[in-house]
Amino acid sequence: MNAIILSAIWAVIMMLGSFMVKRKGNFRHIAAFGLLVLFVANIADTYGYSLFNFNNHGFLQFTRFGYLFNSIAIFSSLIYVLITGKEISRYGNHTAEYFALIFFVMCGVSMLAFYNNLLTLFLGIEIMTIPLYILTGSDKRNMKSNEAALKYFLMGSFSTGIMLMGIVFSYGGTGTFSLDVSRAGIPNLYNHVASFLEIVGLLLLLVSLAFKVSAAPFHFWTPDVYDGAPSVFTSFMATIVKAAGFIAFIKLCLVRMTATSAAIDWKMIFAIIIIATLLVGNITAVFQQSVKRMLAYSSIAQAGFMLFSLFSVNDFAKEGILLYSAAYSLATIGIFAVLVKMKDYTFEGYNGLAKKQPLLAATNTVFLLSLAGIPLTAGFFAKYYMLAAVVKTGSYLWLVIVAVLFAAVSVYYYFRVIQAMYFKDGNAETEAITPSFKAGLLLVAALIILIGVYPGIILNWLYF
Amino acid sequence: MPIQYYIALASCLFCIGVVGVLTRRNAIIIFMCIELMLNAVNLLLVAFSKMSFGAHPGASEIAAGTDAQLFVFFIMVVAAAEVSVGLAIIVMMYRNIHSVDINFLNRLKN
Repeated sequence: MNAIILSAIWAVIMMLGSFMVKRKGNFRHIAAFGLLVLFVANIADTYGYSLFNFNNHGFLQFTRFGYLFNSIAIFSSLIYVLITGKEISRYGNHTAEYFALIFFVMCGVSMLAFYNNLLTLFLGIEIMTIPLYILTGSDKRNMKSNEAALKYFLMGSFSTGIMLMGIVFSYGGTGTFSLDVSRAGIPNLYNHVASFLEIVGLLLLLVSLAFKVSAAPFHFWTPDVYDGAPSVFTSFMATIVKAAGFIAFIKLCLVRMTATSAAIDWKMIFAIIIIATLLVGNITAVFQQSVKRMLAYSSIAQAGFMLFSLFSVNDFAKEGILLYSAAYSLATIGIFAVLVKMKDYTFEGYNGLAKKQPLLAATNTVFLLSLAGIPLTAGFFAKYYMLAAVVKTGSYLWLVIVAVLFAAVSVYYYFRVIQAMYFKDGNAETEAITPSFKAGLLLVAALIILIGVYPGIILNWLYF
Repeated sequence: MPIQYYIALASCLFCIGVVGVLTRRNAIIIFMCIELMLNAVNLLLVAFSKMSFGAHPGASEIAAGTDAQLFVFFIMVVAAAEVSVGLAIIVMMYRNIHSVDINFLNRLKN
């Protein structure tokens, strides 16, 4: 409860700050401090020190899983603000408002971590995405940003409509919005019609959530939006928001879809979505010329891996999705932090970066290796947990082989960046690099290697 | 009236909205179609709410089905927030290219 309320309060503080604080540079420090407060408050909440105690009538459910994800999300956004926060002031005069919107997004993310009712699911998704429409279009004079904002908005509200229809049908089938269904009599309908309505509702919910996490048949907006949005905000959208979408998705799967698995083969549906997502994401990423667009497709490919947790809904999958969201968020934030500093976003723009900025190149290599899933980086254990979860379910084992093959494909396009940085001659131009930025990158790279060696430092929090 | 009629009507409205979103090229009209989808949802929610209420006769369950009506208000509020952001985005685009035709949205492809 702490995180939900404090993030909304801090968003209002940021908005007030826009006319109370004169120096633009200070907003970033206020925001970083706010995220630190949120992080501490959330950890205190985990151990029972809640500032706000009231009966929420089962709309929210506070579990260790939700708390841990929330801590990961807040920590990632703290890192995000610390290393790329300075770039936010590039887009217009409304720096404080952008930070305020980021806090509103955090409020939505916290709601998704704790929701226990389809109403809070809907509200959480909306609180999270509406500020993102604004952030996507924040570069007002840039046509690409405008187009991305409009596309994101139209696709986002379309999928919201589908989600609402799904919620209503599932309400008609079960008679409750609560996640844990107790079939409170619906006598006007025959029983099989009720379960039919529920299945249709869950299918519509699946489609709309697949839209939000950009899984394959519904991914087409992702490359355009990620490419068009200002790079700083793409970094936020592709990491924390996407991970929150997956958390919402897996909570729905754990309860509702397991309950109806007798009536419909969810595993097969998810297997098809996973194969399509991995195929589209990896194969298209190979042919990209711009690193930013390659990262957009790679985020689709990574979503394919995260979908494995929805396929095999067990304890291993729950641990895996937390590890994956931490590993993926940290690595992608790091890569985008370097990308924002580059003058040229194409692969050629990275040529010879290792000679001019050895530290940037080295840390960027760690991030790329982590995304590719090379051992000793966080990405390896994240992928390992996902595949191990599938093996534990005991069915569809060929999915694991397909996933490993596609992971091998992904190595190609991640290594293209490393090759450009180290083995090609060129004159990679960057913006001015401050020592604190370098320190931030080093911190993220160290964290990634630390998680890669001891994944327990995250997962132990789930139990102790 | 049986609940099936309401389900059929709401599904028709919803499908009209979906087809409109997928086929029309004008951003404002797409927007209207999305609103149509949301209103089909509202209609069905109220119908289901009444159905749930009818399922629990007697004073003990006077609150049965009110959660669906509550949901309708939330949808209306969120839709209003979405409209304000969406229209702002459309106006921003209109200022730059003097058109609200989404066929202009193909620059990102290359």
